[in-house]
Amino acid sequence: MANNKTHTIEYLTLSKVLLVLLFLTFLTISVTSFHLGPFTVSIALLIAGLKSFLVLSNFMHLKYESLLLRILVAMVFVLFVVIVLITFIDYAYR
Amino acid sequence: MSEKAIHVEEHRDDEASKLGMWLFIFTELLLFGGLFLVYSIFRAQYPTAFHQSSLELSVTIGAINTVILLFSSMTIAMALTAIQKNDQKRALMFIGITLFCAAVFLVNKYFEWGHKIEHGLYPGSALMPLLDRGHLLYFSLYFFMTGLHALHIIIGMTLLIVCLFKVKSKNINDHDYVLLENGALYWHLVDLIWIFLFPLMYLIS
Amino acid sequence: MSNSTEKIEYVSYLDHQGKYKGLLSWIMATDHKRIGLLYMYSIMTFFFIGAFLGLLMKIEMIAPGETIMKPQTYNGLFTLHGILMIFMVVIPGLSAVFGNFFLPILIGAKDVAFPKLNRLSWWIFVTGSIMAVASQLLKDGPPDTGWTFYAPYSSTTGTNVIMATAAAFVLGFSSILTGLNFIVTIHQMRAPGMRFFNMPLFPWALYATAWIQLLATPIIGITLLMLIAERLFGIGFFDPALGGDPLLFQHLFWIYSHPAVYVMILPAMGVITEIIPTFCQRQIYGYKAVAISSLAIAGVGFLVWGHHMYTSGMSDQARWFFSLLTFIVAVPSAIKVFNWITTMYKGSIDVKPPFLYALAFIFLFIIGGTTGLLLGSVATNVQVHDTSFVVAHFHYIIFGGMGFAFFAAIHYWLPKMYGRMYNFKTANIALVINFIGFNLLYFPQFIIGIQGMPRRYFDYPPQFQPMQIISSVGGFILIFGLILMVYNLVQGARKGEPAPANPWRGSTLEWQIPSPPSLENFDEEPVIKENPYDYK
Repeated sequence: MANNKTHTIEYLTLSKVLLVLLFLTFLTISVTSFHLGPFTVSIALLIAGLKSFLVLSNFMHLKYESLLLRILVAMVFVLFVVIVLITFIDYAYR
Repeated sequence: MSEKAIHVEEHRDDEASKLGMWLFIFTELLLFGGLFLVYSIFRAQYPTAFHQSSLELSVTIGAINTVILLFSSMTIAMALTAIQKNDQKRALMFIGITLFCAAVFLVNKYFEWGHKIEHGLYPGSALMPLLDRGHLLYFSLYFFMTGLHALHIIIGMTLLIVCLFKVKSKNINDHDYVLLENGALYWHLVDLIWIFLFPLMYLIS
Repeated sequence: MSNSTEKIEYVSYLDHQGKYKGLLSWIMATDHKRIGLLYMYSIMTFFFIGAFLGLLMKIEMIAPGETIMKPQTYNGLFTLHGILMIFMVVIPGLSAVFGNFFLPILIGAKDVAFPKLNRLSWWIFVTGSIMAVASQLLKDGPPDTGWTFYAPYSSTTGTNVIMATAAAFVLGFSSILTGLNFIVTIHQMRAPGMRFFNMPLFPWALYATAWIQLLATPIIGITLLMLIAERLFGIGFFDPALGGDPLLFQHLFWIYSHPAVYVMILPAMGVITEIIPTFCQRQIYGYKAVAISSLAIAGVGFLVWGHHMYTSGMSDQARWFFSLLTFIVAVPSAIKVFNWITTMYKGSIDVKPPFLYALAFIFLFIIGGTTGLLLGSVATNVQVHDTSFVVAHFHYIIFGGMGFAFFAAIHYWLPKMYGRMYNFKTANIALVINFIGFNLLYFPQFIIGIQGMPRRYFDYPPQFQPMQIISSVGGFILIFGLILMVYNLVQGARKGEPAPANPWRGSTLEWQIPSPPSLENFDEEPVIKENPYDYK
C-alpha cells in the first residue's frame, strides 16, 4: 500500500517555470518569423521539446517521481519518434 | 450456505492510481501521435502549401491560447500545492482559474473556427475539394487535430469540475489528494499536446 | 492485507454471495475470476459464430463459381469472420480470460489493481460487440472491406463501414483498459517478497502483452477515426484524388495490427511455458531467457509492420528494413521453442490433454512460424502475397498457435476454475479430431497459395478444386472436433468428478489454493519463494 506524499512544489517555483515557458513561447514565435528554411521546423520542435520537458518534469512532478516512471515516459516518446522515422524510410525514398 | 461476509478491505493505493493515470496519458500521447505522424508525412510532401495555408491562421490568437494554456497548467499545479498545504480556499481558487482559462481557450477556438467556417474552409465543405491538395490536407489536419484537442479540453474540464466539488466537500484533502493529482496530470497532457500543435500549425509561415 | 487472526471460512468464489444476486451478480461482478469467466463465455460464443461463418465460406469454396452465396455475401462473410475473430476473440483471448482469472493468483494478490475498471472493460467489450452485430444489420449492409478496412475502398464503399470501425474503436478501449490494469497490477500488487524475477512466466508474458495493448491500440483508434472522418467529411488523408495516400492508411493500420498479433501469441506462449514443465515434472529451461524474450518480442514487434505491405508500393529501402527486422523478431520466438523442447528432455512426462494440446501447439506454431519467414523475405513474399498461402500462415499461427494454446489452457485450468474434472478420453479424441481437421483445412491452402490461388476470392479456376475440397472437408471435421471438445469441457465443469487442488502436480501458486478458489484467492497470505516454480 503506497501512499507516500508527493513532493510539494512551491508557488514561487511554479511561477518561475511559467516565466521560462512564456519566454520560450515568445522565442519560438520570433525565431520562426525569420526565414530559416528547413531549420525552422527543427528549431520550433526543439523549443517545443524543451517546453514539454519543463512541463513534464515540473508541473507534472516527474522530477520527483520514481526512475521507473521517468524511463517509461521517455520510452513512450522514443517509441513515437522511432515509428515516425521508420515510416519516413518509406516516404523519403519513394 | 454460510452468510459470513468476507471483509473486503478498502484498498487504497495512491501509487497505483497515479501509475494508472500515467499509463492512460501514454495512450493519449500515442492517439495524438498518429495525427502528428500524418501531419509530418503531408508536411514533408506539401511544404509550400502548408506554409501558405498556415498564413490563414492568426498567430496572435494562437499565441494567446498558448499563453492561456501554459498559465492554466501552472494554476492547476498550484492547486495541488495548495491542497498539500491544506489550503482549501486557495485550491478552489486555482482550480477555478484553470477552468476559467479553459473556457476562454474554447471561446477563442470557437471564433477561430467560426471564421474559417464562414469562409467555407472546413472538412466536407464545397470549397475544400477546389483547393490545392496540400491546402486541403492542411485544413483537414487543422480541424481534426484542434477538434480532437478541444474535445480533450472538455474532458479535462469535466475532470477538474469533479475535483472542484470534491475539494469543496473535503473528499480531496491534504491526506488524500491523488484524484486532484490525476486530474492535474490530465490537464498537463492537454497543455503538452498544444505545445506541439501551436508551432506546427501556426508558426510554419 | 487482512489483519484478522481467525481463519476465514472457505467459500468458493462461485458460491460467494455479494451485494447482487443471480445474473446481476455476474454482470456487476468486480471479482477478477468472474470477469475472466464472463470474458470466456462471450469469447467462446463469438468464436463459434466466427467458426460457423468460416464453415459457410468453406461450403462456398468447395466448388468454383457460385455455390451457396453471391460474391457480395462472401465479401461480407470474410469481413465479419475477421472482425469477430480478431477483435472479439483472439485479441482479448488469453489475456482477458486466463490473464484476468490467474494473474492476481500467480502473483499472490487478491484481485487486479482496478477491479471496477476491469468490470468496465468487460462492459465496453460487450458494447463493442453489439455494435459489431449492428454493423451487420443496419440498412447499408454488412461491411465488405475485409477486417483490414483498406482505403480507398473502405472510404468509398456504401456498406456499414462506420458502424464496424466504431465497434472496433470501442473494443480497442476494452483492450487498453485490460492492458493498463495488468501493468499496474504487476507493478504494484505482487505479494511481498515477489520481485519481477520471482514471478512465474505467464505473468511475464501478460506483462509484455499489456504494454502492447496499451501503446499500440491508440494508433488503430486514431486511424479508424480518420477513416470515419474520410467517409463523412472527405478529409483526404487516404484519397489520392485529394492529395492523400492510401498507403498511409496501411502504415497506420499495421503499426497497430502487427503488434496486435503479439498480443495474441505472447499470452499463448506464456501458457505453454507453464504447461510443459508441469507435465514433464521439470522446471522450465532458461527462465530468464524466456522472460526477456517476451519483452523482446513485444519491443521489436513494433518495428516490423511493413512486412504486410511489401507489394503495396513502399520504397525498396523500407522493404529491406522491414524484412531485416522481421527476421530479427523471429529469434526470440525460436528461443522459446528451443526452451520448451529442452525442458521436455529427460522429463517425467505425463501425457494428459493439456500436454497434448501444448505439443500440438508447438507443431502448428513451428509450421506457422517458418512459413512466416517465407513471407518475411521480400523476394518470396512477392509470389505469395494476398494468396491463400498467407491465409494458411496466419491460421496456423493464430488458430494453431493461440487457439490451441487457449484449448490447452482450458484443459489445464478448468479443474482449478470449477473444481471439477472432465473426461480425459473424450478430450484426447476431440484433440485428435481437431488436429486432423485443422491440418486438412489449412495445409492445402499453402499448396494452392503458392500455385496462385488468391485470398478473399470466392471463385477460382478448376485446377484448385481438389485441394479446396480437402480443405472444406477438413473444416467440417474440425468443427465436429471443436463441438465435441466443448461439450466435454462443459460436462466436466458442470457435472465432472470433483477435482483436487493440484491434479497435475503443478508447482505454481494457483495449485496451492483450493479448487475453485475462494473470493480473495488466498485465505492466508502466501509465503513467496524465490524460485517461482517452488510451490509444492
